[in-house]
Amino acid sequence: MSADVTKAEHTPGEPVAGVAEGAPATPSAAHAGGPPVGGVAAARQGGLAGFLSSPAGRSAGLVIALVLLVVVGIVTAGDRFASPDNALTILRLGATIGVVSVGMTFVISGGGIDLSVGAIVALSSVWATTVATQTMAANYHWVVMVFAAVAVGAACGLVNGVLVAYGRIAPFIVTLAMLAAARGLAELIAKRRTQIVRERGFIDFFGGSVLGIPVLVIMFAVVAAIGWVLLNRTTFGRRTLAIGGNPEAARLAGIRVQRQTMYLYILLGIACGIAAVMIMARTTTGTSTHGQLYELDAIAAVVIGGTLLSGGRGTVVGTVLGVLIFTTLSNVFTLNNLDTSTQAVAKGAIIVAAVLLQQRVSRTRST
Amino acid sequence: MSASLPRTTKRVAVLAITMSTALVAAGCTSNDPVTTPAASTQQAGGNAASDNDAPGDKVVIGFSGPAADHGWLGAINSAAQAEAKKFSDVELKVAEGTNDASLQISQIETFINDKVDAIVLLPTDGAALTEVATKAMNAGIPVINVDREFSSPFAARATILGDNYGMGVSAGTYACKVVKDKNLTNPVITEIAGIDALPLTQDRSKGFADALKACDQTVDNRVAAEFTVESGNRQAANLLQAATKIDILWNHDDDQGVGVMAALDQAGRHEMAFIGGAGSANAMRWIQEGKMAATVLYPPTQAADGIKLARLIAQDKGISDLVQVEVPRRIVLNAPVVTKENVAEYLPLGFES
Repeated sequence: MSADVTKAEHTPGEPVAGVAEGAPATPSAAHAGGPPVGGVAAARQGGLAGFLSSPAGRSAGLVIALVLLVVVGIVTAGDRFASPDNALTILRLGATIGVVSVGMTFVISGGGIDLSVGAIVALSSVWATTVATQTMAANYHWVVMVFAAVAVGAACGLVNGVLVAYGRIAPFIVTLAMLAAARGLAELIAKRRTQIVRERGFIDFFGGSVLGIPVLVIMFAVVAAIGWVLLNRTTFGRRTLAIGGNPEAARLAGIRVQRQTMYLYILLGIACGIAAVMIMARTTTGTSTHGQLYELDAIAAVVIGGTLLSGGRGTVVGTVLGVLIFTTLSNVFTLNNLDTSTQAVAKGAIIVAAVLLQQRVSRTRST
Repeated sequence: MSASLPRTTKRVAVLAITMSTALVAAGCTSNDPVTTPAASTQQAGGNAASDNDAPGDKVVIGFSGPAADHGWLGAINSAAQAEAKKFSDVELKVAEGTNDASLQISQIETFINDKVDAIVLLPTDGAALTEVATKAMNAGIPVINVDREFSSPFAARATILGDNYGMGVSAGTYACKVVKDKNLTNPVITEIAGIDALPLTQDRSKGFADALKACDQTVDNRVAAEFTVESGNRQAANLLQAATKIDILWNHDDDQGVGVMAALDQAGRHEMAFIGGAGSANAMRWIQEGKMAATVLYPPTQAADGIKLARLIAQDKGISDLVQVEVPRRIVLNAPVVTKENVAEYLPLGFES
């Protein structure tokens, strides 16, 4: 995928991203987590509103929310919350949905949406744990299972991408169809059974730790880091924001909009495949019930992170913070023995608050 | 851009075809080698104390149940079909499993039009299917209601139910026994429930709490999962952080229990008496290995019993071990506790999830 970045297109994304954001962009001026554009707005406007609309400011708001949550956790649950063990538990629980959310950041930044991520995770996990795959894994190496999961994810992403980009069907419809079809296929293959992962090597590797940090958490960190670099430091990222902000302008600037769109869905499919590997390691199973409602969790994390649902602006750091906020929230609630219904209400309130804040920010910016 | 489009399209097409071919090839070789029908582990029929099992009048029984979207329901369906096969005088008409109440209603209407001799119905939603069941009864077709109860007593000739409240009671009573046997002074008792919005989950939790009251205990930490492996794993991981030492853990459902067990393994926490629910084959194997203390049965053979009752009712026979000459109206199955001592006896009933 990175091969096309080197093509002689003179990084056309930059000026077009400016079109998308309504301001000329200066590349690489951003702090962690934002496209280059927001930094300009902050410099231009100054003051609190300006700061809040800068990438650092948006992330700062999320960091404050997370810190607040942590304080609540420490006050109400004390040492049970503030232990390294609990911190790693939160990270491990957030890792799977985190990887999906990082991928989702790209699709949403590019002006699309993907409702099929949970179903793709389920299908990948099932495919990677069938008797056939596991037998092959036993004969060669458990890497076969990883490869199967990622390949299935990428294939589903390819189908989504081709239909959206070249079939010109609305992404909402395409991925809704994939949501139904992929989970159905997963049920057919697994015959609605839970398939146990029998490869000890697989469980030991992904369930293990390196220097005290769970492998799953390291995978999440690596995926997030790659995602950040890809979005903020490469032509690929600038093209993504450009086609999300204004596809017509992007096309005029020489970006192959359709191809880029397709790449985004494949990228997310690969992320789903990786997430399937992680969920297989965490639960030691592959089943068609994995990844339920992941689409909503991932979209929620991306949106409260500060990525524009309409495309053109994306932040990987914001997404990661969004995932951590939701995961920490569940953890704090469970530590305090509160039920899942209360938790759902709190989650809804946070989403609305975040979107309200985001709207205020975009209003102040446009004046 | 337009000039380059055909080339790109071609490349994409080739890629898509290659990948889909590979996927189809792999899909063909999915699961078949190890699939053993759960029904093959059922006990042989023909254990009646009378000549009830001897072939009688030919009866046609219509069977309709929800889509088998988890192990327990899969076992329900296959056990029912296997039971019907044991009788030469039973012809079973099986409607496609569905979670759509209106589709299930039309299936029952079809059975009525076909004038079957009896209907065995495990409704997707008891209340929604009550009216059509009443219609069948009025048409002279006895309806055997399985597991999820109708809202009217006129809708079924006989009702056979698992006991959700009883499951909770069995689990709670076993928990009390553990507390007493281990002489625990202030035990930490925790619970991982299923979907909280369902009445069956509320019944189970109420039974558990009521039984614990008998030995002056309460549930210290409670979380609710969603009957899926993943949700069980997630809730258990958080629960283990909430309670740094657990004496007793009751998990409502052995399907989600696979995820719970993975969380216990990952955290290296096996200090508690882990009690399961439903009675999957996985859980019974854990009991044999000593990784699980006990599981509380929710029999997956209810629909199979429903078939047997339907046959008896259609042939005007009673249950031969009872003095009463007619089949009872209501049978509530026991929720026995399976432990290491009796697991061998129950293993054939364990369903693969």
